Amino acid sequence: MNELETALRAAAATLPAPAPELDRALIERAAGEGLVDVAYATVDSPLGPLTLAGTERGLALLSYSPPEDVLERLAERLSRRVLEAPARLDEARRELDEYFEGRRHDFDLPLDWSLTRDGFGRRVLKATAAIPFGEVGTYTSVATKAGSPRAVRAAGNALGANPLPVVVPCHRVLRSGGGLGGYTGGLDKKEQLLRLEGVVI
Amino acid sequence: MKPPPFQALLDAHRTDVYRFLVASVGPTDADDCFQETWIAALRAYPRLKSADNLRGWLLRIAQHKAIDSHRARSRRPRPASDSLPEQTAPAEADGRPELWAAVRKLPEKQRAAVFCRSVLGMPYAELAKLLESSQDAARRNVYEGLKTLREEWTR
Repeated sequence: MNELETALRAAAATLPAPAPELDRALIERAAGEGLVDVAYATVDSPLGPLTLAGTERGLALLSYSPPEDVLERLAERLSRRVLEAPARLDEARRELDEYFEGRRHDFDLPLDWSLTRDGFGRRVLKATAAIPFGEVGTYTSVATKAGSPRAVRAAGNALGANPLPVVVPCHRVLRSGGGLGGYTGGLDKKEQLLRLEGVVI
Repeated sequence: MKPPPFQALLDAHRTDVYRFLVASVGPTDADDCFQETWIAALRAYPRLKSADNLRGWLLRIAQHKAIDSHRARSRRPRPASDSLPEQTAPAEADGRPELWAAVRKLPEKQRAAVFCRSVLGMPYAELAKLLESSQDAARRNVYEGLKTLREEWTR
């Protein structure tokens, strides 16, 4: 039988691999049938490649990390039906492009807050989302707006865990003394975003 | 272990699933079966609790889709000339069309067994689950399938 099995194996290796169009058609149909719970895509930006992920509710994640570093978390927290479906993120991509080109000051995207537990942390992020383009707040001011003026460190932690940087502009939150504070993607990105918005540091 | 994000599953197994389908139903019907297989997998995925033997799970779905496709094909009216050839693939599409044509003539279980064992090197325990049979039956299916193929092949 060995000769035959060798022939089968050799012949199988020459069988065609599935064409990329098949995946595209599959994902289009899956999305149409409501089977893609989490769609993700990689987009280019002046800050480097960004990973975007969204659900039916809206944009849930913007990350400076590549997809392979965030998919497990998305699967764990949102749904295991995670697929690369860039078309579903076209709106987010367009608004981000406009923002980076200086043509957009506010995001109109629906957001899915599921990756942030409901409570103080989410209130901090919502307070941060209300800081207008080109202006800055402090850790104390967002903690206060979130209802706990003295929970400054907790506010810092909530911002550090922001699943939607740029869109929820945690880069606009600085130390009370004027220091930059921290930033998930690295302080250079925080400075770059503030400069883009015309904030003099 | 929990099942991985679906995209990781697709990336890891898309080629094996597709080749299994080309070997089972031929290149023309493989595209449809491929889509049906993954859509069915997506539908069932939220209920899947374990990441054990995901390839076997996917190929079992593919096997069902291949059987559906064979049945649909046999119900389709034949052209009057009655010379519907075994799906004639473009020559370069699969290296050994005559070999796969012989594989396609095998009974369903033998066809799956031969491909999974001889090509993918699947362990018998995994193959038995795929065929929904005992390991002995899986072994017999591989043996009988290869025997028939060898007879065809050496003729």
